[in-house]
Amino acid sequence: MRAFAAIYLRELKAYFFSPIAYALLVSFLALTGYFFYSGVAFYAVASLQVMQNPMMMQLNLQQYLLAPLLMNTSVMLMLITPLLTMRLLSEEKRSGTMELLLSYPLGDVQVVLGKFFAAWTFFLVMVVASWFHVGLLATMAEVPWAPLAVAYLGLIIMGGAFISLGLWASALTENQIVAAVAGFVALLLVWAMGWSASVAGPAIGPVLTKLSLGSHFENFPKGLIDTADLAYFVLFMGFFLFLSIRTLEAKRWKA
Amino acid sequence: MIEVKELTKRFGATVAVDRLSFKVERGEIMGFLGPNGAGKTTTMRMLTGFFPPSSGQATIGTYDVVDQANKTRALVGYMPENVPLYQDMRIKEYLHFVAGVKALDRARAGSEVSRVLGAVGLETRADQLIKQLSKGYRQRVGLAQALLGDPPVLILDEPTIGLDPGQIVEIRSLIKGFAGSKTVVLSSHILPEVAATCSRVVIINQGRLVTEGPPELLRAGAGGDHLRLSVQGPEEELTQLLSKVPGVNSVACQEQAPQNGTCCYFSLETGGGPEVAAEVAKAVVEAGYGLLELTPVSASLEEVFMQLTTSEQAAGEEAA
Repeated sequence: MRAFAAIYLRELKAYFFSPIAYALLVSFLALTGYFFYSGVAFYAVASLQVMQNPMMMQLNLQQYLLAPLLMNTSVMLMLITPLLTMRLLSEEKRSGTMELLLSYPLGDVQVVLGKFFAAWTFFLVMVVASWFHVGLLATMAEVPWAPLAVAYLGLIIMGGAFISLGLWASALTENQIVAAVAGFVALLLVWAMGWSASVAGPAIGPVLTKLSLGSHFENFPKGLIDTADLAYFVLFMGFFLFLSIRTLEAKRWKA
Repeated sequence: MIEVKELTKRFGATVAVDRLSFKVERGEIMGFLGPNGAGKTTTMRMLTGFFPPSSGQATIGTYDVVDQANKTRALVGYMPENVPLYQDMRIKEYLHFVAGVKALDRARAGSEVSRVLGAVGLETRADQLIKQLSKGYRQRVGLAQALLGDPPVLILDEPTIGLDPGQIVEIRSLIKGFAGSKTVVLSSHILPEVAATCSRVVIINQGRLVTEGPPELLRAGAGGDHLRLSVQGPEEELTQLLSKVPGVNSVACQEQAPQNGTCCYFSLETGGGPEVAAEVAKAVVEAGYGLLELTPVSASLEEVFMQLTTSEQAAGEEAA
């Protein structure tokens, strides 16, 4: 536990004592800020039209503004997370610090989990920082808090899945760029896997949908918690953390 | 304390370490010698569990380095060759991190960090960033992290490389102070250092054991002692005179100083110690020649080392 805490804290400090954290945080807030602004502006125009056209009375904030916004946010996070995870293990390998780290009496599990939770903590900071937009909205409109909380819960849990895959990519290579690209491509493929479901035929189609990251996130912005989605993300994380631990172990045998 | 049996490591077709066996007793300081690429670092990495041997076995204490790696790692303080450190951390912060990873409890971590900082002379630099340190100071940080937690076994890969002479003396005496209390394996290229610090040396070449024994091993094996002599007098008579002295095995006249033909330089190979030198001096003086210089010369450690490693190589090639 002590070793895990040491790894976790060092990794967390490494984020905040380097420009990486701030570059990612600012980029993320700038992007979400832009999407938030254009979403709100569009919604304002739509609201005016509703006053003249009673046929559009079902317009509501959650469905027409927040849910699409959160879908956008989730894609942005998918782009950003590989940049967050790329250095976690590959940098240790490139700089040789891995040799020293592995000479200490601690398990690969502690190394991997320490780094995973440090990245997830930083991810949490990013997501929490973006609540700023919602706070602004709350001064002008009535925000549906409960479904919004569910949506953010979904983002955070899905972030864990993103990070576990990115961490594995980082375990596979000494090169940070390769780790980032591999993590990003893998995430995008798993995310968009469900899109081809309709053309894949009745046997494979549903399987693709069930395996895809995107289709398991869809319910959260609607304010729905499905245990199947939760189970999916937890299994996803467990699987890639397991692979990361195994990859690290395998390095001991090759090196 | 450390026992290595038939240890072998192959990287593809290359054999880095070839059926290496040796033992290090508790409290012993073992010097691990060999030319570049001899397999020193590879052996040390196997001992620290960084990678497993292809075949053979190594134990530290009573634990196997592969099957009980977490137990052996808890016994070992390791300092790798290039001292890889986290560049963006401060020395003290880094050592606290290492204390955490080594699972020292918090109260002990604080006192241990100040103890090792003192031991390697880094107290005044404790808050400096590692990336700003010179090679010598980085080396000390590497040693400090190995000492943290007071492990009974130290494995040090080239601990004094890159240090200035003053620091070398300090670190060397620090390591020497461990004699009897800690088991130390240290690799080095600097032979006088090994001769001065270690209680035993193991010499390897091309992954194979060449020889092991006390550091005097490095002095012996190079034939007898040598004397360098310069005498005023004619070359031929002197040569005859000197070869008659008991204990002198061979006489070689090296050169004649061009400015005066009366001075000769000789190189003598003798079978004995100072007694022979005294006899030589007596013979020269009694014969009435002017003795200008008499210096005992022992073969340099480097020569012995070269002799040991190259003769082994030649023997290996013959056998092949």
